[in-house]
Amino acid sequence: MLNGETYKTDGPLTIGRLLCHLDIDRRRVAVEHNMNVVKKTNYDSTIVNGGDAIEVVNFVGGG
Amino acid sequence: MPESFLTIADKSFSSRLIVGSGKYLTNELMVQALEASGAEMITVAVRRVNLSDRATESLLDYIDTSRYFLLPNTAGCYSADDAVRAARLGREAGLSNWVKLEVIGDEKTLFPDNEALLEATGVLVKEGFVVLPYTNDDPIMCRKLEDAGAAAVMPLGAPIGSGLGIQNPNNIQIIKAASSVPVIVDAGVGTASDAAIAMELGVDGVLMNTGIAGSDNPVEMAEAMKLSVKAGRLAYLAGRIPRKMYATASSPIDGVVGT
Repeated sequence: MLNGETYKTDGPLTIGRLLCHLDIDRRRVAVEHNMNVVKKTNYDSTIVNGGDAIEVVNFVGGG
Repeated sequence: MPESFLTIADKSFSSRLIVGSGKYLTNELMVQALEASGAEMITVAVRRVNLSDRATESLLDYIDTSRYFLLPNTAGCYSADDAVRAARLGREAGLSNWVKLEVIGDEKTLFPDNEALLEATGVLVKEGFVVLPYTNDDPIMCRKLEDAGAAAVMPLGAPIGSGLGIQNPNNIQIIKAASSVPVIVDAGVGTASDAAIAMELGVDGVLMNTGIAGSDNPVEMAEAMKLSVKAGRLAYLAGRIPRKMYATASSPIDGVVGT
């Protein structure tokens, strides 16, 4: 699951590869993997498997 | 002039006005309003990236983070767990450990859920966050938040986005007198005089979003708010005259022609 919706991949991949696939600038976002925040330095070593829950968030306007 | 600085935790800001980045019609208008406000601390929300429309511009394309200090909020969270989760994501997205902590208890009023707010404050303080909780204007709640390690307390002036002004100035004064951390009036400011009134009560700062972004001319209103926060602070420091029931003449009573 990616941001609450089903997302298909060709197999396990790293957070870094996933962000690359999604065309997302990793400096601008934060990522949660199965409810745990992933440090930016661990994006390329954290593997996403089928059934995992990923949240990718960024800053938007707010008060 | 150190008195002009707002100091929270280990940071000092030359402006006592903190502004939000929400509800602007365009990002360009937001940039101009931020500039006109003179604020140095800007609140932002943490939301899912829009994966279906990657052409959407990022807020950070518009806000110069070398100039503005970003304060992520936990707006929209209705439980302590959700707020803690949002705070952790905000920290990773912004690489600062500051959070404007909101735990909302009711959709209609957006009043805080006090018990959950206190619980989330405790958790985040233990994790090293600088926690600025948005709370109701209750001196006892503010004391509990300070005891839990909040770096400031941020009582509401009125419901978020209501523009009703400072509904309980007496409580705000009691909170300020009882607090040893900065007191920021957060929410409810509708126009410049509301901000001045808040500052005249002696609080350390004012946080607003809709009062500026929702006005007909956000850039002009942002400047009005900047001036009113300064004016209110100066008036507070200068010390107002006591209220009296009857007149006291301003001109000498002796030497009037014809007497």
